[in-house]
Amino acid sequence: MTATQDAPSVEIGQSRRRKEDQRLITGRTRWTDNLNLPGMLHLAMVRSPFAHATITSIDTSAAKEAPNVVAVLTGADFGDEMGVCINAWPISPDQKAPGHPPMPSDRVTFAGEIVAVVVARSAAEARDAAELVDVEYDDLPAALDLKEAAEDKVLAHPELGTNKSALWVFDSAEAGTGGNVEEAIAQAREDGIVIEREYRQQRLIPAFMEPRSVVVDPTGEQLTMWSATQIPHILRFALAATTGVPESKIRVIAPDVGGGFGGKLQTTPEEWIVWAVARRLAKPMKYTETRSESLLSAHHGRDQWQRLTLAATKDGTVTGLKVDLLADLGAYVSLVGGGVPVLGAFMFNAIYKIPAYHWQVQTVLTNKTWTDAYRGAGRPEATYAIERLMDELAAEVGVDPLEIREKNWITHEEFPFTTVAGLTYDSGNYEAATARAKELFGYDALRAEQAERRARGDKVQLGLGVSTFTEMCGLAPSRVLGSLDYGAGGWEAASVRMTPLGKVEVITGASAHGQGHETAFSQIVADRLGVPFEDVEVLHGDTQVAPRGLDTYGSRSLVVGGEALVRAADKVVEKARPLAAHLLEASVDDLEFAGGRFTVKGTDQGVGIGELATATFTGHNYPEDMELGLDADATFDPVNFNYPHGTHLCAMEVDTETGAVKMRSYVCCDDIGNIINPLIVEGQVHGGLVQGIAQALWEEAVYDESGTLVSGSFVDYLLPTAADTISFQVDHTVTPATSNTLGTKGVGEAGTIASTPAVINAIVDALRPMGVDDITMPATPERVWRAINDSKGGGDAPTEQAAMPHFENEGGAQ
Amino acid sequence: MIPAKFDYVAPTSVEDALAALSQHGDDAKIIAGGQSLLPVLRMRLNAPEMVIDLGRIESLHGVRDDGDSIVIGAMTTHHEVRDSDLVRQHALLLSKAAAEVADPQIRHRGTFGGALAHADPAGDLGAPALALGAEFVIAGSGGTRTVAGDDFFVDLFETAVGEDEILTEIRVPKHTGWGAHYEKFVRVAHQWPIVAVGAAVRAEGGTIAEARIALTNMGSTPLRARGVEEALAGVPATEDGVAAAAARAAEGTNPPSDLNGDADYRRHLAGVLTRRAVLEAAGA
Repeated sequence: MTATQDAPSVEIGQSRRRKEDQRLITGRTRWTDNLNLPGMLHLAMVRSPFAHATITSIDTSAAKEAPNVVAVLTGADFGDEMGVCINAWPISPDQKAPGHPPMPSDRVTFAGEIVAVVVARSAAEARDAAELVDVEYDDLPAALDLKEAAEDKVLAHPELGTNKSALWVFDSAEAGTGGNVEEAIAQAREDGIVIEREYRQQRLIPAFMEPRSVVVDPTGEQLTMWSATQIPHILRFALAATTGVPESKIRVIAPDVGGGFGGKLQTTPEEWIVWAVARRLAKPMKYTETRSESLLSAHHGRDQWQRLTLAATKDGTVTGLKVDLLADLGAYVSLVGGGVPVLGAFMFNAIYKIPAYHWQVQTVLTNKTWTDAYRGAGRPEATYAIERLMDELAAEVGVDPLEIREKNWITHEEFPFTTVAGLTYDSGNYEAATARAKELFGYDALRAEQAERRARGDKVQLGLGVSTFTEMCGLAPSRVLGSLDYGAGGWEAASVRMTPLGKVEVITGASAHGQGHETAFSQIVADRLGVPFEDVEVLHGDTQVAPRGLDTYGSRSLVVGGEALVRAADKVVEKARPLAAHLLEASVDDLEFAGGRFTVKGTDQGVGIGELATATFTGHNYPEDMELGLDADATFDPVNFNYPHGTHLCAMEVDTETGAVKMRSYVCCDDIGNIINPLIVEGQVHGGLVQGIAQALWEEAVYDESGTLVSGSFVDYLLPTAADTISFQVDHTVTPATSNTLGTKGVGEAGTIASTPAVINAIVDALRPMGVDDITMPATPERVWRAINDSKGGGDAPTEQAAMPHFENEGGAQ
Repeated sequence: MIPAKFDYVAPTSVEDALAALSQHGDDAKIIAGGQSLLPVLRMRLNAPEMVIDLGRIESLHGVRDDGDSIVIGAMTTHHEVRDSDLVRQHALLLSKAAAEVADPQIRHRGTFGGALAHADPAGDLGAPALALGAEFVIAGSGGTRTVAGDDFFVDLFETAVGEDEILTEIRVPKHTGWGAHYEKFVRVAHQWPIVAVGAAVRAEGGTIAEARIALTNMGSTPLRARGVEEALAGVPATEDGVAAAAARAAEGTNPPSDLNGDADYRRHLAGVLTRRAVLEAAGA
């Protein structure tokens, strides 16, 4: 119980416009690439065009002669001094992982790997000279296709003797959380229903707006790194751990950062190279990647094959689920790499009561860009698989997809509910969210229109897609992470500082990169302390300002970082109480705190929290036993994950002549508990939906047979724009989380996790009478057309490995 | 991204531009709106030593009436082509196609002549120009010459414009009163077409009297679908009437296979899109 608990919310629940937007939108702020330090030099990277090759020689002489080039350096110039890129989550004790030098000197293992760095007085001169570095390679066979790589036909890292990195298994019978899945399947084969499918999670590119950029200043006592990163604290830890520089000598700053989506949850070769070169040459250095470099070498996401077996009784009651995954790590086991699929291990059972569950993933090394977290990280894969399977089960039983879900989901009376994967869901109400979504969608009318179009043989068919998702977010209980062999904790830290004139500085370890923390956190603190929203300043992203933190990812900032903030603010109030009593000459028991003031019950006497801050600054009059100051720190380590859920309904029109698909309507009713700022939530949901829809329809990173990234520009890696989307209908039910004071649930990834299967389910639903039961993602018009016209169905023809040649060297004049 | 270093001139007359071109020869590149050249330079796929900017040559801008034809200056932007009353009235297909080029930013910078001279087979303007029988006026040191559409587009990114020549204007025979439609098939709005069909139709009382059809991205150049045109003459402007003729759209084409579709899928699309374009153009 806290002093302010019963105070009315003034700020929480308001659709405040984001205070950070003016500077972010106009660009009048400090992005890493805007920094210019005295004497700063610029770097350009030389990257391998080969997926797998021995480096036989590197001739840097011509580059060194180029105008204003200061140095050209290769891996051989550094050796161990450069440190290594780390894997923080070895998912099994016997995981096989190649060493990851930031700039290898002997062998490259993916196209885009850095082999040399040019240092020049301008970025343009560095880039000019990079073209003069002459690298000789001996091409080696490359492991490219995930399934083939899993068979060890060609080795990505021959010294490991296998491409198979780690096998991670969860079995409900062994864990004591459920029954034996093989028995459930055997029983279903006898007298029930068995759905067996193989789904593809294509490779995706996070494609954040601001390319990665890093500046290192070695001047003075401390080394300072600015980086466009999501994780300044983890970055500092990793720099210290691998380069031998004490943490106390390292300051990492993530200034304003333009998006990440997990793509900047990484410690990168580029950061380590700039660090090493700056130390070697004792000058400030800057490197900013090009968009082409970003697509090629910043980590990719997803990339799984999913073999799935769902067992059910004849009436559609699910009796077991078996999941067998192959996950493509790319060339290295990245920071969280192998752990990303494991984050899905607890979520394939989703909102359903599944009695028996077996889950395993085999992670596999290939000679492609390394993979790691991408918005949703493990949970979109899980949600896609189970929500596709539930639609297939509904079709098999012959009932509406919502009916099959209702038959199997956890009802609202059953919370808290411990699942077959061993998690305890604290709260939820799937019935309410579904009812609201159905109503907004006009579900029954659309079903009637679908039937009418089918009967008429309309060339444009209508399909309805359902996705009733939940996810685990708010990463994460530190002890749980420890049990999973993750290399760090999942707590978050916050501080609240009262300035002498009564303003409030809030320090959070959750480092925002576009989410709106400054606004939402200001709203929370304004209510908690009863001060004006404008008086709260949120500081973050600098290890000297916010020394403790575990950064921003996994929809954790509000539910973990926000709770730390609440606790710090409440400590300030408690510290202020004796001082208020002292100044008011009253007993602490007679004080009430509301609206930013302590008042003596039954009198008009009172003092504001700002006045108390001033009193601690002057120190002229305070209790004998009080330590001067109201500032407070708090750390929050959650005891459980956080479980938002929602029902998403999507209507797609499918042009059966061309295979083109068009979204007709999209409704979602998400339950994310109490909402701090509805406007920010709506933005998160809209962006998340588009990112998930884009996986369903547009985006895919495609390699050719020699391991070259074909979709290496936005000409071929199709990011949608506003012109490609429709207006979404977004609504909420509110079932507060019981795991934090504010009753909030994470929302950053919800839209992305939920929307992908809703879209594919809708397309399949439109075409099911034509014998189609799957469309490989992305559902290109060609794939849809082939699914309709190919008697085999499926539309699973591999994507043609060629790009449109719009920018050929021999382009015409004008 | 940063292009390699280059020199830059912006002459104010075609003569001066030609002089600069002959002086620098192979080392020079002409820039019109720059919407294709700049990405090439920034990705360092090409590194000319001299870039000659046509943007300050007033005579290359604008659309004028010239009796049986309208004349479009090479430096007229896509946006201007789209919005021109002359184009709307006499070459509606060009207005409709220009409206479909990429996105608004590109339409305000990219130029009609620049796009045609770049000769990307997936470009949106080649097929409509070809369909309307456009003629291309090319200036060289020896004066100007006029080339018909069939001779202008030579191959992928290759036109009849010589190394020492400049495309100055495009003459489009008036198709006053013709209906038109540009049917563009894309996955996302700002993309080059996977296939597109330009159709101009002169309808007389529910019957197609004449049709001009050309295809985008069905080969290494824009292609005129003459078989469809012949088959359409005299057929009723109805779904059934047009379908058989449109089915001939892929005849003689050689479409590419890439991330967006195989050649056989593109051939199929050409037929469907042609039918739709013709019906739309005929107002059916």
